[in-house]
Amino acid sequence: MIRVALPYHLRNLAKVDDEVTVDVNGQVTLGSVLDALEAKYPMLRGTIRDQVTRKRRPFLRFFAGGEDLSHESPDAPLPDTVATGAEPLVVLGAIAGG
Amino acid sequence: MSGVRVLVGTRKGAFILTSDGKREKWDVSGPHFAGWELYHLKGSPIDPNRLYASQSSGWFGQIIQRSDDGGKTWHQPGTLPGEPTTTPEGFPKAESNKFVYDSSTETGKPLTTHQWYDGTPRPWEFKRVWHLEPSLTDPDTVYAGVEDAALFRSTDGGKNWQELPGLRGHGTGPNWQPGAGGMCLHTVILDPSDPKRIFVAISAAGAFRTDDGGETWKPINKGLFSQYIPDPTAEVGHCVHHVAMHPSRPGVLFMQKHWDVMRSDDAGDSWREISGNLPTDFGFVIDVHAHEPETVYVVPIKSDSEHYVADGKLRVYRSRGGGNEWEALTNGLPQSNCYVNVLRDAMAVDSLDSCGIYFGTTGGQVYASADSGDTWAPIVRDLPAVLSVEVQVLP
Repeated sequence: MIRVALPYHLRNLAKVDDEVTVDVNGQVTLGSVLDALEAKYPMLRGTIRDQVTRKRRPFLRFFAGGEDLSHESPDAPLPDTVATGAEPLVVLGAIAGG
Repeated sequence: MSGVRVLVGTRKGAFILTSDGKREKWDVSGPHFAGWELYHLKGSPIDPNRLYASQSSGWFGQIIQRSDDGGKTWHQPGTLPGEPTTTPEGFPKAESNKFVYDSSTETGKPLTTHQWYDGTPRPWEFKRVWHLEPSLTDPDTVYAGVEDAALFRSTDGGKNWQELPGLRGHGTGPNWQPGAGGMCLHTVILDPSDPKRIFVAISAAGAFRTDDGGETWKPINKGLFSQYIPDPTAEVGHCVHHVAMHPSRPGVLFMQKHWDVMRSDDAGDSWREISGNLPTDFGFVIDVHAHEPETVYVVPIKSDSEHYVADGKLRVYRSRGGGNEWEALTNGLPQSNCYVNVLRDAMAVDSLDSCGIYFGTTGGQVYASADSGDTWAPIVRDLPAVLSVEVQVLP
């Protein structure tokens, strides 16, 4: 079970109050976790990654265990602490005013 | 007694204002989609409970929302409230926020470039939906004008969107460039007398028309003069801010251009200026009285460098003769220390016997007049900056 912490507006879109959990078959990577997240919450498709290029939207970042994973390959394994559910993958909105 | 429902899109959410036919006392509902930019909301003309809304964010992109109960509840099309979000096979349901330019060899056009502000080529990139125009005959069919400029259509209630690529690909696309607000398709007008005729307008490309349901398009900008572009009479490149049409006379169009208020009596084939005695002919909104096709409304803005009303006075200007001669409507509007703007989709008219006029400002006020503009009163004063105003008459 993978835990994912979403920013406020995406929690509202997904109609959840807190962290969400997803199951990943196979290797736990940024890409596979986001695939599972979008499969469980299709309303989030396009809000974290571009619908076509699959690239991270520019004002969002990914963190886990205090590490910035925003620029990691989507195929790189996530830390064991995320894979085991000890800590969440954090999707964070950049502080850009507004 | 009939009532009205005013749909207000703002920088930080949507608001729904309702009243009876007197339009004196109002109920205010919202914010819906709090914190998001709501560029536009509009109801189906044949099913007033069917509403579409464009919800967007610089962080999270574009969302399409739909209501089937007049705005009481909303959902992203394809996933009804309480329904599973996946199919029995485990696949995600339709993606109502997926706007992908059609570049297929069969139906699309090569995804070429448009011009960036400095004239360099730039690839088309989807940013947001500026305007949603529901079909005049089918509640499940709706058009979306988007940035970077293109026209999309859904025929399944907003679940799936397909581009009408003949517009972007008709030939002048590589010469289009963004206006200050982006390269946006902001105006979509469906001809009630001819289901195959559609008018659109793009900043800063100009106005375009199809006569075959969206397959082929042509620019309709003859007569426009824009001294801020290299060729002031070019076929495309004009910063058209908004276009309005009275449904009883679909061949007559009124345009608020960047500068100049214009009129066409031949469905856009040619235009002539009708700015007349306006104090300034820069502005964004333009609309036509519901029962008087020659009565037109604009809100003059000081200049393209100073986007607020002139002289600190909020004045709607009305022409009862189709242009050229304009009168200032000020009764009930602030006439000192007012420096708001009224954006291009932020005016609407209702069709009650005594025609109602509505507009919203960047200062968060929504004003209403229940007597064709003679007198005005604010419905609300302190919303976030208003991006769009639409009105529905309810049975």
